Amino acid sequence: MEIFNITAEDQVLDLLQWALSNSKRLAIAGNDSKVALGRPMDVDATLSLSGLSGIEMYEPAELVMKAKAGTLVTLVEEELAASGQQLAFTPPDYGPLLGQPAGLGTLGGVFVPNLSGSSRIKAGAARDHLLGVNGFTGRGEAFQTGSRVMKNVTGYDLCKLVAGSYGTLAICTSLTFKVLPKSEKIRTVLVYGVTLEASVAIMRDALSSVHEVSAAAYMPAVIATKTGIDYLEGDAPAVALKIEGPAPSVEYRCTALLKLFEGQGHVEELHGHRSRALWKYLSDVRPFSENLKSNIWKISIPPSNAPAYVKAISSALSGLEYFLDWAGGLVWVSVPEGIENAGNTIIRKNLKGSGHATLIRASEQLRKEIPPFQPQNPVIAKISERIREGYDPQRILNPERMYPIVEI
Amino acid sequence: MKMPLPDQSVLEKRDMLVRRLKEIVQNPNGVIDQEAGLRAFECDGLSAYRQLPMVAVLPETKQEICEILKFCKTEGVNVVPRGAGTSLSGGALPLADGVLLGLAKFSKIIEIDYENRCAVVQPGVTNLAITDAVKADGFYYAPDPSSQIACTIGGNVAENSGGVHCLKYGLTTNNVLGVEMITMDGDIIQFGGKHLDAEGYDLMGVVTGSEGLLGVITEVTVRLLKSPKHISAQLIGFPSSEQAGECVGKIIGAGIIPAGMEMMDYYAIHAAEEFCHAGYPLDVEALLIVELDGPEVEIEHNNQAIEKIAKECGATVIKLSQSEEERLTFWAGRKAAFPAIGRISPDYMCMDGTIPRNQLPKVLARMGELSEHYGLRVANVFHAGDGNLHPLILFDANIPGELEKCEEFGADILRLCVEVGGVLTGEHGVGVEKRDLMNEMFSEADLKQQQRLKCAFDPDGRLNPGKVFPILHRCAELSKMHVHNGALPFPDIPRF
Repeated sequence: MEIFNITAEDQVLDLLQWALSNSKRLAIAGNDSKVALGRPMDVDATLSLSGLSGIEMYEPAELVMKAKAGTLVTLVEEELAASGQQLAFTPPDYGPLLGQPAGLGTLGGVFVPNLSGSSRIKAGAARDHLLGVNGFTGRGEAFQTGSRVMKNVTGYDLCKLVAGSYGTLAICTSLTFKVLPKSEKIRTVLVYGVTLEASVAIMRDALSSVHEVSAAAYMPAVIATKTGIDYLEGDAPAVALKIEGPAPSVEYRCTALLKLFEGQGHVEELHGHRSRALWKYLSDVRPFSENLKSNIWKISIPPSNAPAYVKAISSALSGLEYFLDWAGGLVWVSVPEGIENAGNTIIRKNLKGSGHATLIRASEQLRKEIPPFQPQNPVIAKISERIREGYDPQRILNPERMYPIVEI
Repeated sequence: MKMPLPDQSVLEKRDMLVRRLKEIVQNPNGVIDQEAGLRAFECDGLSAYRQLPMVAVLPETKQEICEILKFCKTEGVNVVPRGAGTSLSGGALPLADGVLLGLAKFSKIIEIDYENRCAVVQPGVTNLAITDAVKADGFYYAPDPSSQIACTIGGNVAENSGGVHCLKYGLTTNNVLGVEMITMDGDIIQFGGKHLDAEGYDLMGVVTGSEGLLGVITEVTVRLLKSPKHISAQLIGFPSSEQAGECVGKIIGAGIIPAGMEMMDYYAIHAAEEFCHAGYPLDVEALLIVELDGPEVEIEHNNQAIEKIAKECGATVIKLSQSEEERLTFWAGRKAAFPAIGRISPDYMCMDGTIPRNQLPKVLARMGELSEHYGLRVANVFHAGDGNLHPLILFDANIPGELEKCEEFGADILRLCVEVGGVLTGEHGVGVEKRDLMNEMFSEADLKQQQRLKCAFDPDGRLNPGKVFPILHRCAELSKMHVHNGALPFPDIPRF
């Protein structure tokens, strides 16, 4: 299969014209770190944007950056760090989870699938930080949407449509996004030895407190041990609460949270270095990147449903491992290989209509047999297909990566 | 400003339409077809434009909305959804041949769910009523448009409303978890819920801010936040707006994201001070209100840093609120700025562009020149943190030609915002007010891309026509595609 390595925007247009007039279907890629995510595609060529790289504009005092889609996330983070700033939604690196090296992820690769890490519950998702997009639709037309300012309600917010579209509507060449100050200090409050039910209650109370907890996760003992972080290797389940901000504020809030939860279990505090390592480890789903043979589900649910949900799927799927992020609203599940259809029916039926499950990692065969993305309500599926019809009438961009074509 | 020509064939069957709508809507007072009753709906917050609707309906159940929309679709009748009618851009301006669909009867808070820190509410619940319902338990709903006492959450979602705390807490789009909507086909669909992120395309994201052009919102799930324990405000006065602008940039550059950061210019300061005696200094050209929230230690820490920055930037007045009462007094002036301007001028028009903050001195200077050119005064209040500018143009509608002059001045200001890299509207929406300026910001091709979204939801263009887009293209026209005779391109691209 041919791979076109794009190095300038106008080449995308030429390539689209060629694809359109010759009925060629294209896979849109960066560094291929997430090529194994989604439905397997039947394409004629790959359009790689990894060569379309570089920061086009960065104004720290305006909290805004514009960069080309193929720019490495690590490069952006380095540049931001030099000015004391960061991407607040803690973009995850799913490379290792999907059997690829770490550090290959591009900006397009986090914004276009709308991927956010542990801080999503406070800072918002990738989509909340995306301000503007330049690119080309599947009609071979250049477009720009959004802008560079924080507050903009001029016309439809097509940035939201791009974020989460997995390259099925348009090829993004540049992204403009909001950046925020990096916290002066970061700490993590740990509460050990708590049950699943108790953990969700602790996370609820932490997020309902005035202490501005920016991330909250629960690691069962087997996951806590895997982290390799001191203080977490005691073979006990643990709740982790992230606190960040100016030094005196973080100290004050940590003390308050330690006091609030000291009756619930043994409490401990992680300082900056270990905190950063832990939250990166969880955001990147590293607990499940060692054994690449298991199937991985990412499940978004109302946080208070998490205990009953996890109990139900655990009792039906033997050998299942899990951990909770987003205060219980995100359940990461590893289903051992050999379980029929990666437990699809059990994983999705137990949602009882609230939330959605995405099969993030599975063999190509399995991703053909069961839908990696949550099946949709027929009316929404039809509207989505009409949107695709509007922007990519020949279905040449990442065809059927998310959903098969439905009749409209 | 021209609206689409009324469809005579629709007007001719008005009696039949009214009769059938009365069959659909159970409430005997739920269909309004007499002029006296229709007057109540003739305009929204942008009262310069008025139009009586053909008929107004006030349904009370979702089923009724489904039936109304299906009926209107079959009969080829346009529909304008309306919440409280506080839009400042004419988003709810009725159509002479259209059904005005009022959602006021949907005013229940359905559920408050502290376990998941959210509330499920009907679209006619006011913004402030949500906070009022959870305040006693220490929670609140963050977006706070200045009309929050009256505006409804359905309208907030439709307009993606902002407020003074957007820099830290985001706009409506960042604070909504779920939206239930009825399509023009009469289908009830749910986006999101009490969980995060969409399973497919983020349709909730595009419906938010779609100004009633994609569907009728019937239920909203909003995120609740814990109210901060402490809040403080500083008043900082500067001899020039350049210095004030520099100070704002430096505060953010120092890693501080204030909960709110407002700027007022000379005119606005004087009008507000005269109106409500907030204690504003009158010998400064620009005044900042910087509000911080969080733990007391953090506020103290950041207030010290801000004071230092303000002094470096040449502040001549720095006043820190010493009590909650004083903090509210600081805000009282800012919040009363609009009515205060109303006192010094028979009429005023409020503009709403956003600019990159560092362009502020340039924009203010040009605005001064324009003010002289048009012979109209302008006062500025500014959400300084996020660059959202609200110039208030003072005029007298009784003087022939002055409204038109004011509109031209306003259009020039918005063109200026776009020219310096900003946008036409930061929080008020396009509606009819900025509709004809859309070409200043978007190319025809970009506007077509936006309308393709419309075609996926409402291919006949029945929902709120005449708003947002200067020309609404027919969907059949938009779906055409010209494919060039494309040979394999660019031999110079490396291939493998």
